[in-house]
Amino acid sequence: MHVHKYEKIWLTFGIGSLLVFLIVLGWGAFYQGTQPPSCLVTLNPQNVQAHNSFKEENLGVQQVGENEYVVNVLASAFNYDLGKDEEGAPVKKIRIPAGANVTFQATTSDVVHGFHLSGTNVNMMLEPGYISDYETTLDNPGEYTLVCNEYCGVGHHMMSAIVEVYE
Amino acid sequence: MLKNKIPKPESKIAMAHMYVAFIALLVGGLMGLLQTFVRSGEFTLPFGIGYYQILTVHGVVLGLVLTTFFIIGFQYALMSKSVGMSKGHRKWAWIGYIVTLAGTIMAATMILLGEANVLYTFYAPLQAHPLYYIGLALFVVGTWIACFINFNQLYQWKKQDPGEKSPLMAFMVVINMLIWFISTLGVASTVLFQFIPWSLGMVDEINVLVSRTLFWYFGHPLVYFWLLPAYMAWYTIIPKIIGGKIFSDGLARLAFLLFLLFSIPVGFHHQLTEPGIDPFWKYIQVILTFMVAIPSLLTAFSMFASFEMAGRAKGHKGLFKWFKGLPWKDVRFLAPFIGMVAFIPGGAGGLINASNQLNGVIHNTIWVTGHFHLTVATTVMLTFFGLSYWLIPHLKGRTLTPKLNKLGLIQTWVWTIGMSIMSGSMHIQGLLGAPRRSAFSTYGGSEQAQEWVGYQIAQAVGGSILFIGIILMVYIFFKLSFGTPKGDQEFPVAEYADVNERTPMVFENWKLWIGIAAVLILFAYTIPFIDIIQNSPPGSPGFQFPIGRG
Repeated sequence: MHVHKYEKIWLTFGIGSLLVFLIVLGWGAFYQGTQPPSCLVTLNPQNVQAHNSFKEENLGVQQVGENEYVVNVLASAFNYDLGKDEEGAPVKKIRIPAGANVTFQATTSDVVHGFHLSGTNVNMMLEPGYISDYETTLDNPGEYTLVCNEYCGVGHHMMSAIVEVYE
Repeated sequence: MLKNKIPKPESKIAMAHMYVAFIALLVGGLMGLLQTFVRSGEFTLPFGIGYYQILTVHGVVLGLVLTTFFIIGFQYALMSKSVGMSKGHRKWAWIGYIVTLAGTIMAATMILLGEANVLYTFYAPLQAHPLYYIGLALFVVGTWIACFINFNQLYQWKKQDPGEKSPLMAFMVVINMLIWFISTLGVASTVLFQFIPWSLGMVDEINVLVSRTLFWYFGHPLVYFWLLPAYMAWYTIIPKIIGGKIFSDGLARLAFLLFLLFSIPVGFHHQLTEPGIDPFWKYIQVILTFMVAIPSLLTAFSMFASFEMAGRAKGHKGLFKWFKGLPWKDVRFLAPFIGMVAFIPGGAGGLINASNQLNGVIHNTIWVTGHFHLTVATTVMLTFFGLSYWLIPHLKGRTLTPKLNKLGLIQTWVWTIGMSIMSGSMHIQGLLGAPRRSAFSTYGGSEQAQEWVGYQIAQAVGGSILFIGIILMVYIFFKLSFGTPKGDQEFPVAEYADVNERTPMVFENWKLWIGIAAVLILFAYTIPFIDIIQNSPPGSPGFQFPIGRG
């Protein structure tokens, strides 16, 4: 089979670019540790409260170190449970200081949900029986919308919360 | 020894598929229009129809019904033309058609009754009516009949001409059907062994991640099943329309073989942000996904080489002047050509989507919707439209009139403009973080959601223009079927630039290629799949209330 000279050049350039892309991605993932969210911890989807992180009192923002936070979120159709405030009303907005190390930990007690902090790279699937987590630093102050971006039923588009990053 | 005309009984089979395809285009397109209206925030659906109901119709009717029926009909035409169809094949083709159609009607009925608002991906543990899943299973079984007819058509031809290389068209059809058959084994397994028993109440729980993994084992090759018929047209038909030749038989076959190898073991790139899958194996499948770009690079080169040869053959000189020699006023060329151009940003966007951790920026945002409206709804659809202008009259013993050609040119530009606006605004809005598959929402009055509204209005504008394009196309289809003058419309079959080119016979060694494909699939899936099963959490019961059932 004859391969034209220009075609060889084109393919070398094309395949070379693909290799460069792959090396960059692999470097980022395995050396710098920016793997896609792939938490392997499981729990019983019909009894998520048995896991310490998703007990009612542990939901929402938890400060765990000087500049370190954990946000525990329990998703269900069609709501993100971020715990209750002092008056016992459900929390719909949480606040995190800019530049802090924050880990989002979430799961679902019913169907598959999405978990996307719009405008950031915090974007993961929540699946029954699995915990999803994402460790990050939110440097830019502002209000971010937490949206469910995986179809979960007729109220899917009503499922949201606000994360405020403050100075 | 090509027959000039496809015999009537075979034309009827192909046309039966085309009628379903174009009715699906009209129905699904109307749903799409309504969706963009709802998302603009200025419109509410009447009669208690749900947004997710019409979204399910849109996805199933366009993504599965339109594509599959058009492809199977078109592939029968290619096989008739290149290797012939026996009486037995015809009988089975009708049986396959009826089974596929019965499955379609069953699933569609459940959607219309509001018993299956689960979208075409039907992710567990949302639980639709069992008849929805049974309908989908029938649909797949019907398409398998078509697979085996196509395999047997080539086999019979080979028996008569042993040692002869198979016709390029038939070779390509068989590769596409192999991809379809191997990949639908995944979705058929999850539907038959997980969804149907679970929705019938025979088992209480479903393993969600296993079902998703089996679905996506099918879900990505599915898009290549859509794309390859467009490539068939580009390689074997378009060169004839522009007065050129096939650049290289060997490279065309190589491209298709690479699709067979690399289009299947890549499903994890749809599951990059999911828990429970080892990131090492996600990355392995990312590498395999990038490999599948290579046959598209090959195709891009071959296409432009064909174009340049055709332009120069007409006496156009200079580095780029040959471009002028292309038949821009011939809709049979223009529509597929714009489809090809759309695949440049479409393919680049696909690489972004598959880029491991970069996927997190756009995963499940409306960027993805914008992406596949470029690839399947522009590249593939415009090529299918471009084929229809000659295929339909050929099958019906009619001709494409200059007037309809002109209307076709208008249709093509309407589609291009509408899609540029709609897909463009979807891409931008997705980068801002807006989700896909969501009805209009202010997200509790969030500032970000306010920024998104402008793009949603742009999508309604683009969607309206596209719907005009759909009405034009459906009109053209019926006109070509019933209203144009009787005559002989040519079935263009391109010839080779170099008739002496020797294609390596190893390309015909099916056992070898299917074997390598199987090895790659086993390599990419065995360990992570065992991992998923061994580390499974307790299963999930079915949930019906979120989709408004029960």
